[in-house]
Amino acid sequence: MYKVVRILLVLAVLSPAVLFANEPEHGHDEHATSPSAELTPAEKRKQNTEYVKHHTSDSHDFGLFTNQSTGKHYGFPLPVILWDEGLHFFMSSKFEHGHVVAESKGNFYKLDHGKIYKTDAEGTILTKTRIDKKSGEEIVAQLKPLDFSITRNVFVTLLMVIFIFFIFRKTAKSYQSGLAPSGPAKFLEPIVIFVRDEIAIPNIGEKHYKKYMNYLLTVFFFIWFLNLFGMTPLGGNVTGNIALTFALAMITFIITHATAKKDYWLHIFWMPGIPWPMKILLAPIEVIGVFVKPFALMIRLYANMLAGHIVLGSLIAAVYYFSNYGAKGAFLGLTFFMNIIELLVCVLQAYIFTMLTALYFGSASAEHEHDHAEAH
Amino acid sequence: MDKLLSEFSIGLFFWQTVLFLALLFLLRKYAWKPILNAVNEREEKIADSLELADKTKAEIETLKAQNADLLKEARAERDAMIKDAKATATQMKEDAKSIAKEEGNKMIASAKKSINAEKAAAISELKTEVAGFALDIAEKVVRVELASDAKQKELAEKLVEDINLN
Repeated sequence: MYKVVRILLVLAVLSPAVLFANEPEHGHDEHATSPSAELTPAEKRKQNTEYVKHHTSDSHDFGLFTNQSTGKHYGFPLPVILWDEGLHFFMSSKFEHGHVVAESKGNFYKLDHGKIYKTDAEGTILTKTRIDKKSGEEIVAQLKPLDFSITRNVFVTLLMVIFIFFIFRKTAKSYQSGLAPSGPAKFLEPIVIFVRDEIAIPNIGEKHYKKYMNYLLTVFFFIWFLNLFGMTPLGGNVTGNIALTFALAMITFIITHATAKKDYWLHIFWMPGIPWPMKILLAPIEVIGVFVKPFALMIRLYANMLAGHIVLGSLIAAVYYFSNYGAKGAFLGLTFFMNIIELLVCVLQAYIFTMLTALYFGSASAEHEHDHAEAH
Repeated sequence: MDKLLSEFSIGLFFWQTVLFLALLFLLRKYAWKPILNAVNEREEKIADSLELADKTKAEIETLKAQNADLLKEARAERDAMIKDAKATATQMKEDAKSIAKEEGNKMIASAKKSINAEKAAAISELKTEVAGFALDIAEKVVRVELASDAKQKELAEKLVEDINLN
């Protein structure tokens, strides 16, 4: 435990320095030849905004850092998979970080701000115009192929999935040699027991909690480890991406309603124990609530992690923005402090997501006493 | 909301869902089941062991009590046996003493009897002997007394004197 904390602390100290080296792939064309020291404050601010935006969004290559004066990127490309009337597969190095139009099977694609657009050979984005039926206005839509690329976020998730599987497989195997925990089980077992005793059992109940344990444990460690990996200089912002949180919230929603018992539906559509006009009034509210709950789950994790990354990115940018060494030091200290807070937020958000998921499962599997409905 | 939608990537959503579900199914089979089973097993084992310890403790307590009872009984028995033995010994001693006394008395009595018999025999023999001696002496004396006339006369007178005195 102590070792893990020490490694995280070292990472927290180191990450600001390395993170800033992770320069934007866009918006540097005009500055590529001139050193950043000669930028006007407005340009500097624009660059910082781009930097923070870039760091918190997904990308098609795994950039480690960029040499600002030469405009050279260091990192490795990731595979691009597109569906556009047929499968297109090529490495993202073909885009040369958005400077070049990539050709695949006779189609042309361009990378702009992390999104792939369909273009002609010259690089002009193709558009499709349609007329809005109500207002009669023309709507111009840019053509985008379906993008199933292994982006940075997918790549990081894949790495973490392999890591989580490996470490828990090792934990599971350690029990074959005896019931006392050994190896990674020493650290992980108390957390597994915490999820069972403090999250699952109090919210779902002794009777039904077992069938939900697989999902609760997986979602807790998945979010927590991805959050933590996001704190490393390599990590990017996986849990602060709406696609991931939507996927998790959707699975929670599906499991909740797939396992819901009669009482759950009864409490939504025909709330027992209140007069019938109220029942009619309450039903639509309850139905909205069914969808608001997972939506809140999705937004909470997304907003918390994204906000954390934006704050950290801004603070790091501020370290470089000021030339006064006192200000630099102060912002460095503040960044360090925020990093520690973020480490807490990492586990807190994983806990809250798992807790609320367990709460929804609890309401779905709850069985009220038979006389409950009549007693009210 | 527009920004949220524009940021949403179907591809990313697809891969995240696939990866998460893959992790969920892999962990369910290869990790959570063995881990939770092992943890449950251990918890049960600990509960069982504690129960067993309590039981054993109670058993030891009863055994101890039984032992104490046994010891007490044994002691009482030993005391009784010693007492018995002592009594028997005393009895035997007394018996031996009385038998010895009786025997002694018997022996003394028979000894006395034989002594008396011997004595009587000796006395009768002595009497016979003495009678013999007396006859001898009387014969001799008579012979001396009757040797002269004077002496026969003296004796006769003396005998007459004795008869008068009687």
